Parts: sequence; structure tokens; C-alpha cells
Amino acid sequence: MPTLSRRELLGLASASALAVTLAACGNGSSTGSSGATGDAAIDTSKASGEVTYWLWDNNQQPAYQKVADNFHAANPGITVKITQYGWNDYWTNITNGFVAGTAPDVFTNHLSMYPQFVSQNQLVPLDATLAKDGVKTDVFQKGLADLWVGPDGHRYGLPKDFDTISIFYNKALVSAAGVKDADLQSLTWNPTDGGTYEKMIAHLTIDVNGVRGDQPGFDKSKVKVYGLGLDGGSGGAYGQTQWSMYTGTTGWTFTDKNPWGTHYNYDKPEFQNTMAWMRSLIAKGYMPSLQAVTGTASADLFGAGKYAMITNGSWMIKQMFSYKGVQTGLAPTPTGPSGKRSSMFNGLADSIWVGSKNKPAAAKWVEYLGSAAAQDVIGQAGVVFPAIPSGTQAAQAAFKAAGVDVTSFLMQVNDGTTFLFPITEHATQIGNIMQPAVDAVFTGQSPANSLTSANQQVNALFTS
Amino acid sequence: MFIAPAALGFVVFFLYPALRGFYFSLTQYNLLGTPQWIGFANFAEIPHDPLFWNSLKVTVEYVVLNIGFQTVIAVLLAVLMQRLTTSTLVRGALLLPWLISNVIAALTWFWLLDYQIGLVNQFLSWLGVDRIAFFADNFWAIPTIAMVNIWRNMGYTALLVFAGLQTIPRYVYEAAAIDGCSEWRAFWRITLPLLRPVLAMVLVLTVTGSFQVFDTVAVTTKGGPVNITRVIQFYIYQKAFADGQFGYASALSVVLFVILAVLAALQLRLLRAGESDLA
Repeated sequence: MPTLSRRELLGLASASALAVTLAACGNGSSTGSSGATGDAAIDTSKASGEVTYWLWDNNQQPAYQKVADNFHAANPGITVKITQYGWNDYWTNITNGFVAGTAPDVFTNHLSMYPQFVSQNQLVPLDATLAKDGVKTDVFQKGLADLWVGPDGHRYGLPKDFDTISIFYNKALVSAAGVKDADLQSLTWNPTDGGTYEKMIAHLTIDVNGVRGDQPGFDKSKVKVYGLGLDGGSGGAYGQTQWSMYTGTTGWTFTDKNPWGTHYNYDKPEFQNTMAWMRSLIAKGYMPSLQAVTGTASADLFGAGKYAMITNGSWMIKQMFSYKGVQTGLAPTPTGPSGKRSSMFNGLADSIWVGSKNKPAAAKWVEYLGSAAAQDVIGQAGVVFPAIPSGTQAAQAAFKAAGVDVTSFLMQVNDGTTFLFPITEHATQIGNIMQPAVDAVFTGQSPANSLTSANQQVNALFTS
Repeated sequence: MFIAPAALGFVVFFLYPALRGFYFSLTQYNLLGTPQWIGFANFAEIPHDPLFWNSLKVTVEYVVLNIGFQTVIAVLLAVLMQRLTTSTLVRGALLLPWLISNVIAALTWFWLLDYQIGLVNQFLSWLGVDRIAFFADNFWAIPTIAMVNIWRNMGYTALLVFAGLQTIPRYVYEAAAIDGCSEWRAFWRITLPLLRPVLAMVLVLTVTGSFQVFDTVAVTTKGGPVNITRVIQFYIYQKAFADGQFGYASALSVVLFVILAVLAALQLRLLRAGESDLA
């Protein structure tokens, strides 16, 4: 899975189309927007037939095939057909499928995408069906289930897994700098001077002459190893793996409320100071420039020994620990002005498409995917953290068996230092406004306070 | 009657989609909703869209570099192909890059020119030259993308020019040689003038294709960093499939269509493509 593209927002915008029908020029699509189906319970008792299911992570496909086989064994009348597409093709195929009538019955849904799908009436509300079948929604890690309740109060997805952020570090490069693993576990950060975190980053940076970033004579134009890598770009509107773990410790929040906020806070000094600090790391040569990271995926650059540390998400664990000759370590993100750590808490869920020809079987499959029986199997595969605690524990045990201690990721959940991915309308347009704006701050082309005008553009989307 | 199959294809695959696209440009439409008639509002918005002007500037820079170098190199290659070798192997080798898919060519160069671990930058640093962010630097990004496509297309363009060269009769050169004309002079006085109708066709084809550069950008820089590689086709694609503004994207397409039509007409006229000097 290309990591950079995880945060790219493709698909359709959530324009609230007024239903002005032009008689002469009908809608060419076969399904169109047929309007909300309402929240009638689906009768799953006689479900049978085939269910099509899509996901984007090829690392997870084997585990899901196993779950599908178990499901088929328990429900011999239903067969699940799994299809996997890469992240980019995935969303294009989903949205094209909505129009052409070929979208899957059930699909893996992402928080950045689902508000648009809800406003376009493409998802089946699940509340009544879940209530009728006695499926509990309070069995998941705290907060995850709430993310999938739309602005209309209906539930549009059942949580499957979650992710948080940690620091991945290259053990050889760290010990060559005379730093012990324990030193990385309790770093502190602030946007003014970067705290002990920036000191560590400077010390781990080394130029081609072997001079470290905190030593005199350091040549920032010829850096051999950056103390801190940068995951693919500026992070645009969300900075999930780039800067959200810092802004989260300043008391700053993306929106006025979450989910379904209607006002963004990119004009606040806490946010802009953090962006200015990110820019200063680049200017000092401690972190690669945007130009330098346009190209090879950040994980591969880490694997090539170009970064001593890099912040990235839990979905990358398997890949980051797979590089030959690289000993990878994990450390929690630094504590900030609030005295606490912070991590974005992002979750995936399974949703049913409104155009599904076999809703009973689709609902039955979604209910199964949301059960401990299914999520424990996913957890045992040791790729992601399932949303049900027993599944999370199974994943932790599986990672441990593979020699990876994932405490730094789960610590954020256990300590309650996570904040939820900001769910609002207009996600794609916001991404398109913020990406060039934050890019420009990272390249030094614009000062951090230029983000105030970008913020005005973003908030204008909610008033029109 | 004999044009019926072609006419059918034209209507189904060109005329209808083109007219429908034009209709969409007069609407507000987000694919899943219903198109809503808004007249020429989309077109009125375009001149006030800084990203449109930026994309036009970026695209023109690309086209000038792409067509300028590509045409010169192609004519050079074609003349060399005609005068120096009859080997099919050598002629075929020139065409090789064109046989590679656009996406693979782009990704291969993207990897070769990577700032941190690319082969080319490794060589540069051995030579003591500073590394260059080929695909991301303000100055280098568009020239790099133009270079990738020149490399890929020059063989094909050369082949078209080469075909044109074959139509120039040998006796013209023989007569020139008897009159004591040098090779260099013959090229400027005989080859280029007689090649003009073919060159006009080649230019119209390549300029039109060049304005529509998309895949190289889509698989590498995706328009960034900031907006430095956001060419017009990629901007249209983003407006349509990412922003869901199909109406506005269609309007941009119509504008691009008009630009290309005017450019093609101008080129044909200026190069007097319809007549040959051979007669």
C-alpha cells in the first residue's frame, strides 16, 4: 500500500445538489441518487447468495479471506467474494461504481470519504438492522463507533480497525549517535525551540563529513542522514503522520466540534506556530525539504538509512520492520505543552452500499465483520489493530510474537491521549485548498500566517 | 454509404460526448446528482480563477520546452536516419522509448531522478555537484517532465519526419550536388522547405498532444509541490474527479478545446500545410 496516498483524498465532493431536474437531459446513470432508503431494518434471517466485498490493503487480504471462509462455514448459503484494489484506484472505482451500478455490496470505508457518501445517499443506515439482530455497538475501543454516526444521527458503518502514530527509528543510526533506546521514550516538545525532541533530532542529523547537526561546522546543504524524516509531503489539511501529533499537544483542535464540525481553526497561533517550527527544521537541515521527499516513499527512504527517525502510522509497522539490514525501533510521540502526548485516532469501518442487490446477506456479513470472532482472526494476522479490544490484544500478541513491541501505539489509546480524525463535510475541497497552502509554508515560499487566508477559504465552504 | 462505419464511430465516440461535455459546462453537476443549468456562470468564473491561469502558464512552459526540443531532435534524427544508416536495427532502436508505456517511462525516470536515492543524483554527488530535486524544484520540475516526454516521443516524431523525407525525390539532391551545393545548404534550402507540409502535420499532432500532458504528472508529482506542475489537464481532472465539480471541469475542457483548435488552425495556416513546394 502506498503510504503517501493514504491521506490523499480522492472521490467526489459533498456538494449539496439541489434536485432541479432537467426533463430534456436526464441523468445518464443507471442508479442515480434514489434518495435515502430510510432506516428500515433489513431481514437477515433468510440471507443467502453472494456478497461482493472490497478492501484496499493487500496486506490484509489473506486474513480477510480466512474470515470470509469462516463466515461461509457458519452460513453455508452465503459466499463472500473479496476484491482488492490499490488505494487510488479503490476510491475511483467505488465512486464510478456508485454511478454505474457496479459498486460492491460491502466495502471498507474511510473517515475522510464517508461524509460525502452519506450526503450523497450512497450508504445504508444500519441502526435498525443492528438493533433487530441484537448487535452491540459499544464493544469497540472508546470513540470509534461514534465516528460512524452521520449528521442525521444514523449509523453508516461498523468499526473494523484503528490506527495511531509513533516514532519509528533506525537502531543502528541512533546507537551510532551515542543515544540509548530509553532516551527516545520520554522526549518533550514545544513549538518555540522544539524542546528535547529538537535537540535529539539535531544530534541524530549527520552531514557527509560526519558532522552532527548540533556541532559547529554542520553543512546543512549536504545532509547524509536526517534526524527526522518527512512522510511524503507537508501533510496538507490533516498532517496525520507529519504534524498532527504535535498540534494535538498544544490544545489546538482542527474544528469547533468533532465529528461534524462546521468551522476550521487553521488561523490559530498554536497551529501556525507548529507549522513555522516544521519549516524551521527544514531550514536547519534537520528534516528533508518537500523537494527532497517528492519521489520515493518515506518508508523506503527509512529502509535505505536516510532517516534516523520518522513519524508514521501503525498500519506501517509490518513494512517498517521488514527492511533487510535495518533494525527498527519504536518510540512514542513526544509530550507537548499540555504535558501529554497526542495522536490522531483514525478508524476504518465496513459500510453497505445503497445499491446492493443483496442487502440481507450484506448486512449479515457486516455484522460478522464487526464481531469478536472475525476481528480476533484479523488481529492474529498482526497487520492492523482491530477495533474490538480482544482483537487489539490478539494483534498485540501477534506483533510481539514477531518481535515488535507496539506499546507506543497502544499507549495513546490506553492513556486517553488520542483525538479523533476531524470529520466534516467538504473534505476533498478542504484538502485541495490546504495542500498547496501548507506546501508553501514548508517550502518557505509563504509565512505560516498565510494559512489564515486558506482558513477563510475553507470556512467559506460551510457558509455557502 | 462507405463512410457509415466511420461516421457512426464519430457520432458515438466523439460528437455525442463532445456535445454532452459542452452541455455539462453550462451546468453545476457533481456526477451523482442531477445537472443544474447555470448558463455561462462557469465560463464567467474561469478568468477569476488563479489556478486556471497558473495551470495555463505551467502548460505553456511545458509545451514550449517539449515541442521545441522534440521537433529539433526529431528532425535531426530523421535526417541522420536517412543519410547515415539503412539498418532497421538502428532505426528501430530510436523508436524503442515510444514502445514503453507512458506511465512506466514516467515512473522509471521518477525513480532514477529521485532526490535522495536516485541513480542520477548519486552520480551528481560523486561529481561533487549539488543534488537536484528534478521533479520538485521550482526551476527543474517542468523541464524534467518535458524531458521525460521528449525522450519517449522523439523516436516516434522522428519516424513521422523520416516518412516525410522519403517523399522528397532524390533527383532534387542530385541536381543540387551537381550545382555544388553543400550538405548544410541543401538541408536548409531543399529538405526543410519540401518537408513543410509533413512538419505542419507533425506539429499540429505533437502540440495538441503536448497540451494534453497528463499521465506523466498524474503518476509522479500530482501537480505539486504547491502548484508548480499542475498542468491544465491535471487541473481539469482534479476539478472533475476529486472536487466533483463536473460542470466547471467541463467548462475548462471547452476552453482548452478552443485554445487547441485556434492553435491548430494557426499552425496549418502559417505553414501553408495544404500545398507543397514540389509542384
